[in-house]
Amino acid sequence: MRAMRGGGADGARMTGGVERRDFLKVCTMAAAAVGLPASAGVRMARAAEKGLKPSVIWLHFQECTGCSESLLRTSHPSLARLILDLVSLDYHETLLAAAGVQAEDALHQAMDANDGKYVCVIEGAIPTREGGVFCKIADRTALEIVDEVAARAGAIVAIGSCASWGGIPSADPNPTGARGAPQVLEGRTVVTIPGCPANPYNFLGTVLQYVALGSLPALDEQGRPLFAYGRTIHEHCPRRAHFDAGRFVLEFGDEGHRQGWCLYRTGCKGPQTRANCSTQHFGEEPGAWPIGIGHPCVGCTEQRIAFRVPMHDTVPIDRPTPPDFYPPIEAGGGGATAIGAGVAGLVLGAAAGAGAMAARRLSDAERSTPAEPTRAKDGGEEP
Amino acid sequence: MTHVAQPLGGPLLTRGYRVLLGMAGIALLLIAWRFAAGLGAVTGLNDGYPWGIWIAFDVVTGTALACGGYAMALLVYALSRGEYHPLVRPALLTSALGYSIAGVAIAVDVGRPWFIHRIPLRPDLWNLNSALLEVALCVMAYVIVLWIELAPVFLRRWAAGGETGFTRFARAATRGLNRAMPFIIALGILLPTMHQSSLGTVMVLAGPKLHPLWQTTFLPGLFLVSCIGMGFAMVVVESSLAVLAFGRRPETPMLGRLSRAASITVALFLVFRFGDLAVRGQLGALFAAGRYSLLFWLETILFVLPALMFLRATVRRHLGALFGWSCILALAGALYRFDTYLLAFDPGPGWSYFPAAPEILITLGFVAVEVALYVAIVKRFPILGGPSARSGRVEVTA
Repeated sequence: MRAMRGGGADGARMTGGVERRDFLKVCTMAAAAVGLPASAGVRMARAAEKGLKPSVIWLHFQECTGCSESLLRTSHPSLARLILDLVSLDYHETLLAAAGVQAEDALHQAMDANDGKYVCVIEGAIPTREGGVFCKIADRTALEIVDEVAARAGAIVAIGSCASWGGIPSADPNPTGARGAPQVLEGRTVVTIPGCPANPYNFLGTVLQYVALGSLPALDEQGRPLFAYGRTIHEHCPRRAHFDAGRFVLEFGDEGHRQGWCLYRTGCKGPQTRANCSTQHFGEEPGAWPIGIGHPCVGCTEQRIAFRVPMHDTVPIDRPTPPDFYPPIEAGGGGATAIGAGVAGLVLGAAAGAGAMAARRLSDAERSTPAEPTRAKDGGEEP
Repeated sequence: MTHVAQPLGGPLLTRGYRVLLGMAGIALLLIAWRFAAGLGAVTGLNDGYPWGIWIAFDVVTGTALACGGYAMALLVYALSRGEYHPLVRPALLTSALGYSIAGVAIAVDVGRPWFIHRIPLRPDLWNLNSALLEVALCVMAYVIVLWIELAPVFLRRWAAGGETGFTRFARAATRGLNRAMPFIIALGILLPTMHQSSLGTVMVLAGPKLHPLWQTTFLPGLFLVSCIGMGFAMVVVESSLAVLAFGRRPETPMLGRLSRAASITVALFLVFRFGDLAVRGQLGALFAAGRYSLLFWLETILFVLPALMFLRATVRRHLGALFGWSCILALAGALYRFDTYLLAFDPGPGWSYFPAAPEILITLGFVAVEVALYVAIVKRFPILGGPSARSGRVEVTA
């Protein structure tokens, strides 16, 4: 990656022979895809032109690299555009061409050159038991690496559930004492993008905002960006209408399953899971997310659910309908009833009659003044 | 101020008044039942028609009929037609009552009334893109403004009497109010302009569920113009009823001139409405068979006839005719609102709505409370101005 870094533009041409116009397009598209203002794209382009592409150092610990794999499959921007044009990916163990001492050098050079400014991305849980000996790179434990790299970073992003809160490695009995980055780096702001894998657009949105605007998105108490984790799956689930109507899949392959009914009773964790999978599908493939392909949500973003609550157990509804002792909010009224129609008729008739009477009496009261016979109009009051 | 308003005096608990209180009592019991057993128990509402006559009549039509205060304020303060001043105070009173009742009706109507306090108290939860929020906030603010505009009436009576803490407060409040009144009156013109048009916006959001003869992005403008016409009509109606009920001397010449203002407003409304239909290329729908075109023409006839009649000097000279045609104009505006909110609104196959008997009785109760409060206030406080009364007569309850 070193070779690609600092590929600064001399005005018209960018890295790899990309025209400036095309490059602006890439930046603007990237901004649009992750919900940043279009001006953010221009700022990214300007920063890149000046050779100010932010340095990204990507650490891997106890994980499956699924989050990186998922990022490889984005196309707005594509990974190549991202790491060649928008950011300078200086260290990433699985994408790095270099190996051994060369790779370690790349890490340290990048840290020295961008001290206090680089983005530290952490993928994977950090083992803490027995001094953290379960994961070692270049003879140093994950704990030591993360302490050193994060301490000098401008922003820390934990991608995936493993880095966010421990993920699969932390599942009981958690033999390695795996923990997430926020728990290891207590006191530092760690943006967490949980998910198994994390949705790459949530990651891109966060990193590109940092790149373009120098700020981080608004976060919840677990460090998750609110733009992606502000609501539960249940709140914006495409199958929600079936839940409200009481149409549930009872077992896989049954009639309701084929009809695409609600998966709550087969163990969907949507009501307790905060994520935007239902609106931001994976790999830009419409419907590519668990519920979209007919499987209940497993709650992969939630520490208290994923790999703890059995996959097909139901969870309580987080924000249910009102308590039973409140008056019902359902109303099943329908067409006209005889009584209703009768009362309505009486009221309208009485109003029309009273109106006509009032008009007549007003006219009578005016008799003293010369009046033309205009009273006939009073009759046709209410049609 | 050239006229002097006087309390009417007289006994309060007449036979007609007891009937009003009875109707209010029945409504109160039914409202208690609604809060205990839910909307389904007392209304014909359903998921297709989430609002019924409580919204279409009590709120949308009710506040438009209560636009007398708004229309008169526009005329007297914005257009400086001071000669109509005697009509302002009773119009303001009916507006204040109508809007207060509309607010109560909303609290009864909403599906989850236990959240309603959040509208004024939790600005952090506001959805600033919501037309209904705008209506809710504006109506709440306008209710307060209306009662402040009326406050001098009450303060004057309370300020009389001995030197107590309360009378001193009333006098101080009167002095403060006098200084603030221009701003309050300005607010009193701004707020209805905002929410009466927003009541139209609400149905713009209904999209294709509303028939194309009614559905237009200009709905807010049409609601605004028509509510002013309805306001003028209601001022005539109320003034005439005061003649009947309290034996006031008729203010026919003034009301006749006012009806011409109503004519102009209706003409404006019709120009906008047909112009809008032409711009949207929907004029053909006027001649399509079916109940929608029929309803549209019924509305149009009800609007056009009074507007034409008000141009005739013979009609303007006769209170009976003025009253009758004003009723029809108010009815036209009411039908326009009923069509927009219920009759031309089609939420999809399988849904139907007709008000249930308790629903109608609750609405009647609201009207009864309004009338009862009006009668009580004009008897005890200086609202009705102008020439003094003839001999007292029993009030009508309609």
